[in-house]
Amino acid sequence: MVSITINGREIKTDQEDITLLQLARSEGIGIPTLCFHKALLPYGACRLCVVEVTGGQNTKIVNSCAYPVREDGISVQTNTPKLKQIRKNILEFLLARCPEIDMVKKMASGLGVKEKRLPEKSLPEDQTEECILCGLCVRVCGEVIGKEAISFVHRGAEREVAAPFYSQSKDCVGCTACHFVCPTGAIKVKESGNKRFISPWNTEITLVTCEMCGISFAPENSGEYLQAKLGLPAEWLKLCPQCRRKVAAETMGKYDFTSRNVILKK
Amino acid sequence: MMKMTSPAELEKYRSSILEGIDSGRPSVSVCCGTGCSASGALEVVSAFERLLEEKGIQANINTKITGCHGFCEQGPLVLLSPGNRLYCKVTEEDVDDIIEETLLANRVVERLLFVDPVTGEKIEKEEEIPFYKKQLRLIFGDNGKMVPTDIRDYLSLGGYSALAKVLKGMGPQEVIQEIKNSRLRGRGGAGFPTGLKWESCDKAEGDIKYVICNADEGDPGCFQDRSLLEGNPHLVLEGMIIGAYAVGASQGYIYVRNEYPLAVKNFSTALEQAREMGLLGENILGSDFSFNIKVVRGGGAFVCGESSALITSIEGRIGEPRYKFVHAAEKGLWDRPTVLNNVKTWAAVPLIINRGAEWFSEIGTEQSKGTMIFSLTGKVNNTGLVEVPMGISLRELIFEIGGGILEGRKFKAVQTGGPSGGCIPEGLLNLPLDFEKLAEVGSMVGSGGMIVMDETTCMVDVAKYFLSFTQEESCGKCVPCREGGEHMLKILERITRGEGEERDLELLKEISDTMQCASLCALGKLAPNPVLTTLKYFPEEYLAHIKDKKCSAGVCKELIEYLIDPEACTGCGRCLKACPTGAISGEKEAVHILDQEQCIKCGNCMEVCRFDAVSVE
Ligand SMILES: Cc1cc2nc3c(=O)[nH]c(=O)nc-3n(C[C@H](O)[C@H](O)[C@H](O)COP(=O)(O)O)c2cc1C
Ligand code: FES
Repeated sequence: MVSITINGREIKTDQEDITLLQLARSEGIGIPTLCFHKALLPYGACRLCVVEVTGGQNTKIVNSCAYPVREDGISVQTNTPKLKQIRKNILEFLLARCPEIDMVKKMASGLGVKEKRLPEKSLPEDQTEECILCGLCVRVCGEVIGKEAISFVHRGAEREVAAPFYSQSKDCVGCTACHFVCPTGAIKVKESGNKRFISPWNTEITLVTCEMCGISFAPENSGEYLQAKLGLPAEWLKLCPQCRRKVAAETMGKYDFTSRNVILKK
Repeated sequence: MMKMTSPAELEKYRSSILEGIDSGRPSVSVCCGTGCSASGALEVVSAFERLLEEKGIQANINTKITGCHGFCEQGPLVLLSPGNRLYCKVTEEDVDDIIEETLLANRVVERLLFVDPVTGEKIEKEEEIPFYKKQLRLIFGDNGKMVPTDIRDYLSLGGYSALAKVLKGMGPQEVIQEIKNSRLRGRGGAGFPTGLKWESCDKAEGDIKYVICNADEGDPGCFQDRSLLEGNPHLVLEGMIIGAYAVGASQGYIYVRNEYPLAVKNFSTALEQAREMGLLGENILGSDFSFNIKVVRGGGAFVCGESSALITSIEGRIGEPRYKFVHAAEKGLWDRPTVLNNVKTWAAVPLIINRGAEWFSEIGTEQSKGTMIFSLTGKVNNTGLVEVPMGISLRELIFEIGGGILEGRKFKAVQTGGPSGGCIPEGLLNLPLDFEKLAEVGSMVGSGGMIVMDETTCMVDVAKYFLSFTQEESCGKCVPCREGGEHMLKILERITRGEGEERDLELLKEISDTMQCASLCALGKLAPNPVLTTLKYFPEEYLAHIKDKKCSAGVCKELIEYLIDPEACTGCGRCLKACPTGAISGEKEAVHILDQEQCIKCGNCMEVCRFDAVSVE
């Protein structure tokens, strides 16, 4: 049993491996995050989830998404002026990077960004940056789907996510999990005929046809892989989501195939 | 080579080597470290070999190819004994004179002696040269005395006696205690107490443990680790073997950057020799202790030197830092307890075991013990690698060992600790060098980089330069380092172009603070140091750029003008010819005119003018 205080409130836990973020959230204490997803391992890239941890004389600023609750008696602050300043700065950075993204704009104003002090990222005209490099897509592909269809390329300011050599990824199973987890809508999926296009990965996937209604829906070559990997029912390969819902509404009520949780809920 | 099956056997072998050495025999050591090789040391070596053979005296004279002596700027260096005479800037053509005069007739070749830039005096012996006089070359000193690829040389200088001592009668706990007592701190930058690190690894549960030597050395201008690995690989190896014994590791790794082929080669040779002699591998010196080492070549990214990135890289993944709330000593390589130390840290271990923790802890300051190797560069007279006791003042280092500022110019600042260290102003020159004192003034010991700057250096430009390096090397994973650093760089670029505003200074401080507090790894946390220290110690330079649009050092192109003084100009036409854009006009022997519109501020005119008629403002 470890006992700590968060914002002055005493909280006990006997859960091993619980992180500060999980503990705080389970107690209804909100901490903003961008690169955290409960189905994925903590990554520590957005730094929004920073908190102040004091043990004895020392206070340090850590990312709560990965900080293990192990030390008895520490006190944690989640919203000091310093932390607010950091979060505000981070959103100013992201806003300068992605000025057109609603979700970033909203979050920025929510965290106190009032004026634009930083110049916007310069991109060729008619292009806007939509990716905040949170890495959710790369990680869902690797950790949940078990593939490495996309990865980070380049360093520093040039960093971006791409399929190998910017061309059709051989590893891509067309599951679109990346699209579902993307918080900014940077990953776009288009379907036409029996083809599915995932930009910006330059990937084109052929789909199988629904046995009931005849529309194309699931990736042709990797249906079985995904079915096994995600423990999906056998109908998954035969029926499109609409028909499947119709047929199996009662028995499979717990699967919400339209929401972004479909893959992650498994 | 024979396999040694006990410490006693090793000692016997050592005695036999020592007996075989004729100490009276003249010897020539040619430094073939990176610096000297680049300036022609290998040609000097072949000249020695050829001429000694021609003269039929090669059997009477020892020729040694050694590692770096540190005084690279004066290279190629040749050290002659008896007498410990040092010849500088030796060329092939000098070799005959050295043999005839010094080796055969015991006379000095005056023209090859070092000339003190301060007094103009010629100095004969290595130890009397001011560059060496104030140094305490504990770790580095043997570099010039041995052939790095010959384990017998290392043995003749007492090599592997620390390992023998440990295996003969020190338990792992005793070794750890000794290192703790010595109060050795990591030389890789952070200065973490080595003994404590070893202790937590020893205490951590796990059947398999690892030790790693960090030889990534990514700081531009630093080559201490490289010189040690090239010049004295067995010292580092012996330290690692002792460390592995202390913490119970069975496997070690050394992560060397790919650009260091000679370091890899010499260290690999050392591994082979040590294995053959039973100093590495199964049942070392006949004991139950077995340990092996693999060499891993790093891809060369600066951030791969960071411990978590380095470990990830050895595991075969992209070398990116991970957050680490559990120390590598508990959960490191493949989640097993791991000790990661810098090359110089490992190299200090045999010395401590041989000479005792007490001896070691008497050197240095209250909190920083032993010596530190700095790579002294920039606008000083003597540049090179210097090993000094912790606590020496910056003034001694720069003005005595370094021989003062080039061309008698005025000192402005010294930047310590590599690209993420701070710039220290003249007022703090008496600062004793140690981990704490440097951190207090906003800089660090870091990798041991030391760049001296004079009045011709613009501090805003310097901050921009270092930040552009760390920005380039940032992995880009976390937002503060990737985006914050880029914005800082843009602001600095604006300021050096004369487009800065006063509120930019506040913004720089604010972003720095966010980077320091919230970055994922130390690269981002430390990157603002050059900016913060120049803002703190040289605010007037920033303000001059912003308000007056002036760069007093004459560096920032957009803010300077080259002017031709009509009084001094003789109309010789040199500047006119040197100007790449044709901005200078004027008849022969009439005053020349510089058209500011066409001037690209390359400075050629000022460089070629013989009459000091061109100035920069
Ligand atoms: C960006 C970055 C680069 C680093 N590069 C090196 C390096 O090249 N060599 C090194 O020994 N330590 C380097 N370090 C420090 C290591 O993370 C680590 O602290 C050190 O290797 C531990 O060894 P020590 O205790 O012997 O100092 C670097 C740290 C950072 C943040
Ligand atoms: S949620 Fe913790 S760093 Fe992004």
